[in-house]
Amino acid sequence: MKFLPLVIKNLFRKKIRTTLTILSIMVAMFLFGLLAVIDTAFTAGIDVAGADRLVVIGRSGVIQPLPIRYKEQIARIPGVTDVAHASWFGGVYQDERNFFAQFAVEDEAYLRIYSEFVVPEDQMRAYLSDLQGCIVGRKTAERFGWKIGDRIPLKGTIYAGTWEFNVRAIYSGRRPQDDETAFIFRAKYLEERASQFWRGLVGWYVVQVKDPNQAETIAMNIDARFSNSNAETKTQREETFIASWINQMGNIRLLVISVGIVVFFTLLLVTGNTMAIAVRERTGEWAVLKTLGFGDWTVLALVLAESLTIAGVGGGIGLLLARAFTSVGNPMPGLISVFYFSNERFVMGLFLTLFVGLMAGAIPGVMTMRLRIVDALRRV
Amino acid sequence: MVRVDATNSGSALIQVRDLDKKYHRGSEEIDVLQGLNLDVEKGDFVAFMGPSGSGKTTLLNLIGGLDTPTSGAIRVDGIEIQNLSGSRLAAWRARNVGFIFQLYNLMPVLTAFQNIELPLLLTKLSKAQRREHVEAALSIVGLVDRTNHYPRQLSGGQEQRVAIARAIVADPTFLLCDEPTGDLDRKSADEILELIERLVKEHGKTVLMVTHDPRAAERAHAILHLEKGALVEARRLEKTS
Repeated sequence: MKFLPLVIKNLFRKKIRTTLTILSIMVAMFLFGLLAVIDTAFTAGIDVAGADRLVVIGRSGVIQPLPIRYKEQIARIPGVTDVAHASWFGGVYQDERNFFAQFAVEDEAYLRIYSEFVVPEDQMRAYLSDLQGCIVGRKTAERFGWKIGDRIPLKGTIYAGTWEFNVRAIYSGRRPQDDETAFIFRAKYLEERASQFWRGLVGWYVVQVKDPNQAETIAMNIDARFSNSNAETKTQREETFIASWINQMGNIRLLVISVGIVVFFTLLLVTGNTMAIAVRERTGEWAVLKTLGFGDWTVLALVLAESLTIAGVGGGIGLLLARAFTSVGNPMPGLISVFYFSNERFVMGLFLTLFVGLMAGAIPGVMTMRLRIVDALRRV
Repeated sequence: MVRVDATNSGSALIQVRDLDKKYHRGSEEIDVLQGLNLDVEKGDFVAFMGPSGSGKTTLLNLIGGLDTPTSGAIRVDGIEIQNLSGSRLAAWRARNVGFIFQLYNLMPVLTAFQNIELPLLLTKLSKAQRREHVEAALSIVGLVDRTNHYPRQLSGGQEQRVAIARAIVADPTFLLCDEPTGDLDRKSADEILELIERLVKEHGKTVLMVTHDPRAAERAHAILHLEKGALVEARRLEKTS
């Protein structure tokens, strides 16, 4: 602490250079924050996937519907505690750009399995008593300004015609990473109004198992139960199901990591260059400090303190700005459902910043440690 | 009393024995100091003179623990400093040596107070104790009214006074002055020399000073002449401390 004035004064002897370096780190870490948010958005589903949940889809993929009669048979398989079916609706609200996911789900069973979605009891009762009732995620309701009692028309793309729904409930997630954008309505409504072709079919089943460690065995048993039938199944952990769904959109994570690595090395070069110049132009002063008795480790610590301060201030501001930016709201609600800068990623950003500070100061610091006093004083 | 014949019984504060220092310039080996012996008693004020390249500054650097000898021994207050590791040598310098340079070598971003405080940052003194020490040093060099001035706001003489205050603030065993008046006008030089004399007389400091200026050297108790790395003449002056 007693060395702090020395560190601060040295940092600000070249105000413009220090400020520009801090700004560049700030921008880079702001970008890191946004990348982390995008990565979270595309992988949040995996993170929130229940370890005790399996998804049963058609063997050819999610586009192959499954018979509704499978439910009873799946429920009888040992280890299964609950089953619910769901179907992708794919309707359009006013304009195709207003995208949000819509599912026709089996009344209570679905929300029983997805217990992270919280629906007030009275609203749940109202939903169950209205065939055209729907439950809307908090963020989607906010996005379109919907309130309880509003009537929402959706134009079907898979199921022909315009479908009207009554907002009976608004759900919210228990955790920040929970998806609060979905639009859920009663499968009975779909069953009654859809064309004959869709009768008795559902998109997929969500299965809750008693013991997550037995999930693989139960999945195999489910698939075995329907092998050699007209609609063979493919059962997988929810996490795997979501990951394969995301992969259909391309390797987002690879893209994010690639950009992140570029940002990191740019940051390292900028900070490293600043520190190298700052240390080299003060060779004589380091020699004087060593003459006065400052040991090798003390001068190394002083150099590292400077680089850590630069990186810490720039990175800290950048990360805080990223957090502030993401807390304002999702600018792309149609594209990504989860938009938040998690604490884990924030802390990861801080560590990255400090790592950059350490790396950037390491080489100049070691050079200062190795500085021969008599040689350096001769150059003063 | 200064001796250059290695006959001292061992009571001297600084004892230099058979000191050799060689430098390598490419394949060429340069003997900077050869078989040098020296004894400096506590409270002595010794001036080293000699032509450029005679080894004065090298000798000072060796005694101050800034460089290591090729062979020979340097014993200060019973400690053979040539055997100390880098970190121990740094700690030893902090406790025992006050350096005064020709070009003052102050930190331009620090005030006079902060410059003087630097050696104390390595001690366990509290902030209040450090302040006390710095104020005492400032008072000795007569710069109490320049506490918060930066080096660029001071004259050369004042800068050197700050450097002297920095050298004495931790109460070192001895002071090493390398051309302390080399960059000053006559008047300022005299003031600095008077200050150094005062440190010897009133505060009992031991001072080893390299100088080209005969008038500066005359202030010392003894003048030692170096030529080609060897002490060729030692002259004791009339006055004694």
